[in-house]
Amino acid sequence: MSGFIDLADITRRFTSVPPFTERLAKRLTGSTASATVVHAVEGVSLGIAQGETLGLVGESGCGKSTLGRVAAGILQASIGTASVAGEPVMAGGRKHTTRIQMVFQDPFASLNPRMRVGDTIGEGPLAHGLVTKAESPADTVRWLAAVGLDAAAAQRFPHQFSGGQRQRVAIARALAMRPDALVCDEPVASLDVSIQAQIINLFLKLRRELNLTMLFISHDLSVVRHVSDRVAIMYLGRIVETGPTEAIFAAPCHPYTRALLDSAPRLAADGAPVQDISPIRGELPSPLHPPPGCAFHQRCAFAQERCKRELPVLRASGKLREAACHFPLETEHYERQPHAA
Amino acid sequence: MSTPLLQVRDLATQFATRAGVARAVDGVSFDVHAGEIVGLVGESGSGKSVTGYSILGLIDPPGRIAGGSIKLDGQELVGLPNRRLRSLRGRRMAMVFQDPMSTLNAVLKVSEQMQLALQAHGKPSGAEIRERSMAALAKVGIPDPERRLDAYPHELSGGMRQRVAIAIAFLNHPALVICDEPTTALDVSIQAQILVEMKSLVREAGVSLVWISHDLATVSVLASRLLVMYAGRLIEQGPTPEVLRRPRHPYTQGLIDSLPSRAAPGRDLVQIPGATPSLTALPSGCAFKERCSHATGACDKAPEQTFERPRIWRCHHPLNIGAVASAMP
Repeated sequence: MSGFIDLADITRRFTSVPPFTERLAKRLTGSTASATVVHAVEGVSLGIAQGETLGLVGESGCGKSTLGRVAAGILQASIGTASVAGEPVMAGGRKHTTRIQMVFQDPFASLNPRMRVGDTIGEGPLAHGLVTKAESPADTVRWLAAVGLDAAAAQRFPHQFSGGQRQRVAIARALAMRPDALVCDEPVASLDVSIQAQIINLFLKLRRELNLTMLFISHDLSVVRHVSDRVAIMYLGRIVETGPTEAIFAAPCHPYTRALLDSAPRLAADGAPVQDISPIRGELPSPLHPPPGCAFHQRCAFAQERCKRELPVLRASGKLREAACHFPLETEHYERQPHAA
Repeated sequence: MSTPLLQVRDLATQFATRAGVARAVDGVSFDVHAGEIVGLVGESGSGKSVTGYSILGLIDPPGRIAGGSIKLDGQELVGLPNRRLRSLRGRRMAMVFQDPMSTLNAVLKVSEQMQLALQAHGKPSGAEIRERSMAALAKVGIPDPERRLDAYPHELSGGMRQRVAIAIAFLNHPALVICDEPTTALDVSIQAQILVEMKSLVREAGVSLVWISHDLATVSVLASRLLVMYAGRLIEQGPTPEVLRRPRHPYTQGLIDSLPSRAAPGRDLVQIPGATPSLTALPSGCAFKERCSHATGACDKAPEQTFERPRIWRCHHPLNIGAVASAMP
């Protein structure tokens, strides 16, 4: 599968070498000090078609942000390549293309507090020669307007804005580079409900107007369901299920996806609270020592002997869908609890 | 109805800031009955956390409780000397905060922190301390509690840390526990575990719970009654299903409508225009009027509370009134 955004067999490991003193001590006692390796992302392949939004869902530590950073060219993959429109995102360890940009979770941390908002937005296009110095101020104002801020905002500093407005600035900064694709890493997680709705609407509008391809990372299932055409669910560094949003929310194939959906608090269609939620037992295993076989088997209600030994691979499971499970769920007979929320 | 465990009347908590006096909590009144779970909902800056801190007597200068009354078991808490408050905290009322890493002491083992909490309100023997601590950890769903007692907070996962904080809050069998967004920092699956554990814990211990959160869906898993705050005022309260199905206040309606699950996928969400007003420069009259599509000239005067037990609201133009007459038996 190759897409507009194409992630081909991406693996990203983080290695931490023990400090010198520890290595010395180990050597003196005759044992060898080994580096610890975190398997953040393991063999992930994903394609996103032009104009499509893929929602990437998972709990903290599952590797979704690492994968997003590899796609945006902020991190180099240990193995595999990420490309946009056939162009590799990274070449020689440096970001190579401006066709993909990123919006981060926390607009209090992602904006330089000492730079005027106008400079923050204008710096990238100027450095890459997308605009001349003379055109720059007008260009900045144009992008501010696109995200619903007025021209006066360019002269102000980030601390003079609310959280929602800062996230608008961060979006304007990404868009000013004229990207074809955006990676959004939990862009509404730190915002209040009423502000979250404003920013989600802004994303929907910009996507329509600019025909953006998006990788939308979030742990919030209702947000992902709302903005995504397709969803990929990640667990401990691997994709466990992908497919069209509505199909997955209506009837998940992978037991983890179903457990995740069942444990999210929600409101019924008529607004009534749904008070019986069924949690997944246990916690995410450590990515330092991933369990053998299927990474989910210790927490899975359907696990059998085979799951403890053999790693399931992603395979087709119904129309346009893939799941990495030895015993995928019957999607036709599954009756979900009310999930209008 | 029996006398409520907690009675808050016209509570006003203010902070002196450079920009003027911030009225973080402005005339808030509500009751919590024994064994009841109440959800306190609002966005950041609405005063929901400050209300919780005020009840526990945790407001430090430049903040102060400027007026009103807080009664626990009929005893007035406002103006109580700190020594008396200390003897109540932990024993009669306790609090669980959002971030367990900043509430737990990083250099003390779990067992030592639990020991301190127990010794603050009695002279239990060493064996009793260990036994009660282990029982408390087991109750909040911590596997292998004996081993966890000797762990430091950094050796535990986020979910386990929050469970330890909850166990400490319940340790001295308080009558009232206030939880300030205790699951906001946690993953969906861990949040679900804690919500379910909380429910059975409350049922077993018979405590009253005030669950503070910005997330309507999470609150409604637990709470039988909802209190909605906006800009320091309690604008609506009532039984959870009724408030969610037929909100009276346009702000509550707006909050519910702006949930992504309320719109068809890919369609624009209903959004409340504008942003929460600054607490130092609140508009006169109804604080929501500038963002409200129902606002009229009448809204320049602050709305009084309207009572229609069990529901209470503060709005000149309440919604869903007609619907109630026909839809309710």
